[in-house]
This record gives sequence, C-alpha cells and structure tokens, in this order.
Amino acid sequence: MTAAAGRRAGPLLGGDTRVVTLGLELFAHTCAAVGVPVVHVDWSPPAGGDPRLAELLSRVTDETPCP
Amino acid sequence: MNIGEANREALRRIQTGTAILVGMATARDVVPGLRERTVLHAGPPVAWDRMCGPMRGAVIGASLFEGWAATPTEAVTLAESGALAFDSCHHHRAVGPMAGIITPSMAVWVVRNETSGGEAYATINMGLGKVLRMGAYDASVLERLAWMNCELAPIVDAALRRAGGVDVKSMIAEALGMGDEGHNRNKGATSLLIRALAPHVAGARTGDVERALAFMGHADSFFLNVAMAACKAVLDGAHGIPGSTVVTAMARNGTEFGIRVSGTGERWFTAGAPKVRGLYFPGYGPDDANPDIGDSAITETAGLGGFALAAAPAIVHFVGGTPQLALDTTLDMYEITLGEHETYRIPALDFRGTPVGIDVRKVVETGIAPVIDTGIAHREAGVGQIGAGLTTAPMECFIQALEALASPAGPAP
Amino acid sequence: MSSLLSVPPRVVSVGIEIFTRELGRLGVGHVQVDWRPPAGADPRLATLLARLEARRAEVDAANAEALGRLVEGEPALVDCRPAREAIGLPDRTVLHAGPPLEWTRMCAPLQAAVLCAIRYEGWAHDDRRAQGLVEQGAVTLAPCHHWQSVGPMTGIITASMPVLVVENRARGNRAHATINEGLGKVLRFGANDDSVITRLRWLRDEAGPLFGAALRASGGIELRPLMARALGMGDEMHQRNVAASSLLGRALMPHLARATRDTAALARLAEFVGANDQFFLNVAMAAGKAMADPALGVAGSTLVATMARNGTDFGIRVAGLGERWFTAPVNTPRGLYFPGYGPDDGNPDIGDSAIVETIGLGGGAMAASPAVARFVGAGGVAEALAVTEEIGEITIAEHPHFRIPALDDRGVPVGIDVRRVVETGITPLINTGIAGRTAGTGQIGAGVVRAPLACFTQALEALTSCP
Repeated sequence: MTAAAGRRAGPLLGGDTRVVTLGLELFAHTCAAVGVPVVHVDWSPPAGGDPRLAELLSRVTDETPCP
Repeated sequence: MNIGEANREALRRIQTGTAILVGMATARDVVPGLRERTVLHAGPPVAWDRMCGPMRGAVIGASLFEGWAATPTEAVTLAESGALAFDSCHHHRAVGPMAGIITPSMAVWVVRNETSGGEAYATINMGLGKVLRMGAYDASVLERLAWMNCELAPIVDAALRRAGGVDVKSMIAEALGMGDEGHNRNKGATSLLIRALAPHVAGARTGDVERALAFMGHADSFFLNVAMAACKAVLDGAHGIPGSTVVTAMARNGTEFGIRVSGTGERWFTAGAPKVRGLYFPGYGPDDANPDIGDSAITETAGLGGFALAAAPAIVHFVGGTPQLALDTTLDMYEITLGEHETYRIPALDFRGTPVGIDVRKVVETGIAPVIDTGIAHREAGVGQIGAGLTTAPMECFIQALEALASPAGPAP
Repeated sequence: MSSLLSVPPRVVSVGIEIFTRELGRLGVGHVQVDWRPPAGADPRLATLLARLEARRAEVDAANAEALGRLVEGEPALVDCRPAREAIGLPDRTVLHAGPPLEWTRMCAPLQAAVLCAIRYEGWAHDDRRAQGLVEQGAVTLAPCHHWQSVGPMTGIITASMPVLVVENRARGNRAHATINEGLGKVLRFGANDDSVITRLRWLRDEAGPLFGAALRASGGIELRPLMARALGMGDEMHQRNVAASSLLGRALMPHLARATRDTAALARLAEFVGANDQFFLNVAMAAGKAMADPALGVAGSTLVATMARNGTDFGIRVAGLGERWFTAPVNTPRGLYFPGYGPDDGNPDIGDSAIVETIGLGGGAMAASPAVARFVGAGGVAEALAVTEEIGEITIAEHPHFRIPALDDRGVPVGIDVRRVVETGITPLINTGIAGRTAGTGQIGAGVVRAPLACFTQALEALTSCP
C-alpha cells in the first residue's frame, strides 16, 4: 500500500471497530474483555484439518458429475 | 446429473416414501432368496466363527425352532459344519433387532413402500428378558416362538387386512408427539398400534384373542420391529442412485459396524463395533456388555432414534443423560444431514422436522458421527438386555465410504 | 453516607421498569426485581392477607396436611355400574357440572342436555314435557360434585347411566364419572337428538356392563402411575389424553376379551375406545376428584380442592372451608376454532374438568405438552413453559409423582393457594374444549380460560372471618 493510497483509504481503525472472529475463541474473549463488539463464528477446518480427507472431499462436491 | 442432484433425489425418495403395514406372512413365502437352511442375521455379513454370543444363541434357538437340530449341541455342530447358509437380513429386504435372526418358518411383518413399490420384512418382537434376539433358546423361548408364529401371526394378519393396513409413518409421527423416538422408546407407538388393531383382533372368530391382546401389550418394544421394517422400506427406495452420498443403512452384527451408501451399491463399509456408553441395570457393568448389535440403527438412518432424541426426554435418564443432552444430540445431527423430515416432527423444537439424509461427506467434514440410541445386550447368549445408552457410528466407516465415492474410476457398485 | 456515591453504584430496582431503562442506557449496572404490590394494592384485601399472615404457621401446617392428601391419593379404576347402584342416584334427578344453579340461569347447551337426559330415561316423551317436569320441580337438578361425581362439559348423569368407579385406595373414598361418549354430537356438548340417545342406550346396555365385568375381574387399574407415564408422553390429561387413553385401552383389552364370548360386542367396544383420544378424560376427572376430596375439611387450609363450572358460574371449594362453594360469573374460553366457527360462537366456560387443574395437571402442566399448547392456541414450547412457571407462582409445591421429563423431571406445580392467587392476581389457567353456545352445535374448538379472581377473594374473606 503506497502512502498515497493510505491517505485516500482513510482511518482503518480510527472509527468504531466491529470484529468477526473465526475458529479459536481466544480472540473473541479478548475483544469482549475490552468492550469491543465482536461476533464469533463457530468454525473448524474441514475434516479436522486432515489434508488427505480434504482432498477426497474436494472430489465429491455437489457439482461433481455422477459416474 | 451431479452429486448434488443425486442427493436431492435420494432425499426426495426418503421424504415421499410410504410405509404401509399390510399384513403378516411366513418368511419363506415373501423374503426374497430365503432358501431352506438359510439363516439371516443383523448387520454386515459375518461367519459363524466370528459371531458374538447373543447371535450364536439366537442361531441355536432358530435351528431348534425350525427342527434342523434336536439339541443345542446338534445345532452348534450344524452351524460349524457349514450346513447352514448365513447372510445379512439387509440383502433380503429384511431387518432384525439385536441378533436379528430370521429363518424360513418365522412369521414376518410385511411393510410396503407404495412410492417405490418395494417391501420390507421383520419378525414379531418377542418382548423383554429371555428372548431369542438376545440369544435365549430355552423351552419358554421355543414355546413362545411356536405360539407367535403359528397362532398369533394369523390373528394379527387377519386383523391388519380387516383394518385395511396401518400407515406406519403416520403412527411414528404421532408417537414422536408422545415421547417416543422410534428406536429405544416405543411406548407410544406400541400403544397406538394395539389401539388400531384391537377392534379387529377382537373380532377374530378363532384363536386365543385374550393371549394375543395380552402379548401385544406386554412390552413396549412390540412396535420396534415394525418401525425398523418401515425405515428399511423407505430407505431401500432411496438406495442405488449413482453418485449419491446419502447413507441408506447402518447396521451391526455384534462384531462389526457397517454402513451402506446409496451411490455405492451393495458394498458395506465396516469397522469394529463400538461398545455402548450408558446406564446399566443393577448388577451389570461395561465388562458384561456385548458390542453394539442389531439392524435397529436403520431407525437413525431414517431420522429417528438418536436423531429424534429431542422428542424423548423421558428416555434420556435411561441412557444416562439430561434433557439438554437430548436437545443437543438432535441439534448436532442437523450438521450431518441434508434435510429436515416432513413427517417426523419434534414438539420440543416447535415441531421442527427431524434431521434426515445422512451425508457421508458432512460426517467426514465435521467429524460428527451419527449418534445411535440403543439397548445394551449381555455378551453371553440368553441373558438379555442389561442397559441402554448412546453410541456413535465409527468414523472409519464413513472415511472408507468417502474413499469409494471419490475414487478416480468412480465408486464401484 | 460519604462513600455512597464515591464508588460506582450498584442498583436494585423494584417494580416499574422505567428506572432500569434509564440505567441501562447510561451503562449503570443494575438488577431489576419483578414486584407488584400485593393484591393489586387493594387495601381491604391486603388487610385480609395480613390477618392470615399472622396465623402463618398454623395455615402452613394445615396446607401441608391438605397437600399430602391431595398428592398421595392412590386412585384405582375398579368398576363400572349404573349410577343408581354406584352412587344411589334416584330417578327424577339430573346431575350437572359445576356449582348448584337453577334451571332459569342455565345456558342453552346445559338445558338441552338436561332435556335430552330426561327423554333418554323415559321420564318425558318430548322436550316440552321434560321442561315442564323441571319447572314444576318434579325433576331435581343437582351438582355432580354433591353425589361423589364429576362430569365434563354439561356433565349430565342420571340413574341408569353407567359410571366408572374410581376408588382412592389411600383413603377409601370414591369418585365417579360417565363413560366419555366420544367426539361430535354428544350429550356433554348439549346435543339433543336421537343419535345421542341411541348411543346412551348402547353405553347402558352393552359398554357399561362389559367395562364393569372387565374392571372387576382385573382387580382395578392403578391410575396414578398411568397418569404419570402419560404426562411423560405429552399428555396433560385435560385437552390431551391420547397417551393415557391408549395406555388404558392397552391395559383393559385382555380383561375385556376374557369378560365376554361375544366377539362382535368386544370389537364394538375396542373400536369405541380406540377411536376416542379423549376417552381417558372422564377417568382423569374421577381420579382427580378422588385425590382432591380428602383435602376438604382440613381446618385452616387455604388450598383449593375443587374448581368447577356450570356455564354460568365458576365455583371453587377450599380445603379449610369444607363443602362451601365460592362462585362468580365464568369467563369465556378463547383459543383455536374449527373451520366455520369463531369467538362469538363459543359458550361460556363449562364442566367439572377443572378438577384436572386442581390436582396439578391440565393448564399448569403445559410444559409437558407442547402439542396441547399449539392446539389451544397458547403458542409453542416457550409459551407452554411460561404457563407452567406462572402457575408455580400460585402453588405451594412440586408434585412428587407427576413429573415433567423435559424439565429434568421437576414435579408439576400443585396446591393452589388462595392467598397466593389474591396476592399476585394470577388465577388458574384451564385448558378446555369450547362448546358452541347454541344447543346441539357440539365442540367448536379448544382454548384456555382463567378462573375468575372473585371466587378467590370471596374465599379469602371466608377464611379470615373464621374465629
């Protein structure tokens, strides 16, 4: 981001900040503790983060043609 | 057609499938492929030498009932010799709770799915305590088997025909409003079935009407086999859709837990049968328990049992939980299913439909395995039920199924 | 005082919420306490309540005794016999639901049912002559409650009608109710035509004797455990009895089969019982009266032992005041109506079935029955829970035997206390069928209705005027 772009974009965190957290609740707890409005989304990586299973899942999406 | 469309078709067939209890018949006359000296059993295929205690006991009892053997020892010899052919009930449009043994002379409920044109079959539930499905085979069991199949069945068949059949899905739906979940708690449905049949049983000209009515009403489990056949009839109608990742059967033989999936044909995906966590009757504990057994997980597959646990707070204590656990269990199952049942609704969730259409992909993706609400059998033949609890289907089965569905050549039928 | 406002205040606000709204807006921590002045700030009632408060230990002890009798009853369905035999009911007497009232004050469905019963018994050939008998006093009208009985809706009982007999095995007293006729055009809703009389004759000649033989041979069917099971199956036993009716049918069928060789009669009876989801209502009512009656006569107790309506007056009886009725005009139920009917068609509240609410079931048990909440238009699960919670405010205990699985087996609220009703202004809520106000219409819907507060304030006056 150039200095010029930064000046045009305006304050990123100067106004009211609203936060959405995903996954670990630690971040959400910290925001709430300092009074920052936060929405926590309950999310876990698919298949517990197992890459082999994630790859298999990618081969059977709704759009995958039937055999 | 893509997988999304195949699954929508499977779910549509589950929602629109009907289950009409049309009558009773002798197994040899209606169950396809049931030749003489054939013994059907619960769960995926298993050989005699790997069968658990209760299943062996039930095979012995059935052999004595059929007259294939005169003593238990002879029955064992017969089984060991290979003279008996064993096969899964599921391969013959049938289902059985616990040991789930069906042999040719046994009477079976006939449930017809008018949408698919298919039928499903299950024996009459003998009740509680020392019963065939728990592996008991003493004189009282044999007497009851003989009476049920020769005397009770014709009375009930005639009553069903006079009644014009019974809509089992409607009855289950009503029972869900009476605290049943359709697997472990069938008090409401059993009462409704007797209510529907009693006028027609009462009108029977011959037979011991009093014993018939007393037998039908003496155990809440009477309806279980009917519910199972109804679920099988509906799910069979959704089986065999190429590409569909919807589970159409979950079943246990006391040794292994197996699932079948709509798009993968006759294949079973199996893993070791888990033990059930739960509450034991006084004097019994986990060391006495048989691993999970029976075709009754067909009810969960159809959106009942553990999936409808929120409808049955009264049973949660029985399985060692709280009403909140019952609600949470059902809510979890929405994460792994494709739809909400249009017929089976839960008053405590403001009549929301039960979670239905288990998707193999969602199970693997979320790590949430189907929860099954079931009885616990003693691992020795003939002792009977020693408790009840919740168990989860092994994740391994769903991973295997996913591998088959995702294989480069497409799933092998 | 010096430190009172030098630290951040923590505020407790009592009563109207205007203060807390402001505090909330300003971000000041607070707790709102829901409180109202007792007895709606009526000084006369507050004085009467204070008088009872002065005798609190004595009243509480009496209430404990009355409650014990109310919840520990052991009702058993033991027989079925003509009213003439079971309760000694003479000819030319017609029993009706609710507190006593004279012919001229009766609502149309009740009058129609009285006339129909007179014709059924053969005391007159037509309605005109039947009415003449009543007006001349040749036929006597009396409350079911005065004859150890209860009746739903119009609640009509005459001498030849078979009544189910419930015996409280804990105390020996009995209560009776007719066999529920079923749905549609029936005597209890004020239908008055030949089909009603035909059915009454069948009940008298075939169903009643067969039930009697089966029940006597069975040794009696214990009702409290059955009702507890039904409560766990979504019944509240006033507007929803499908589980209880099914369980009772299931228990009775083998005994009925043994009691007769006539398979056609057996089939007719099984059909009749099986087709009626409300079959158990009359049994529940008789069981309720059998459990509650022993509480009457416990001196000093402020617990309600009877609630009943005759379509004109709502009457209560209080444990410590014996058989005295305290009456006030009934309210009209509001709820959901069958197609073609609406609120203007509904008859005012009628029936002895509020005995079900008196023993802790019915409206107060709605948390056990989300299906009923829908049916009576009360709402969904949340509304059903709220009703049970509210009734908890006017009762003194949780039932040891009737428990709600969805509330982790908490007992239903039981032991309606006149003091609490007057203090809070919360009156018992009753789940009820709604009859058409025009005689012969039948049931037009189901809904909820409140007992009138005036019954309870009158009872309070009587309780505090006792020496």
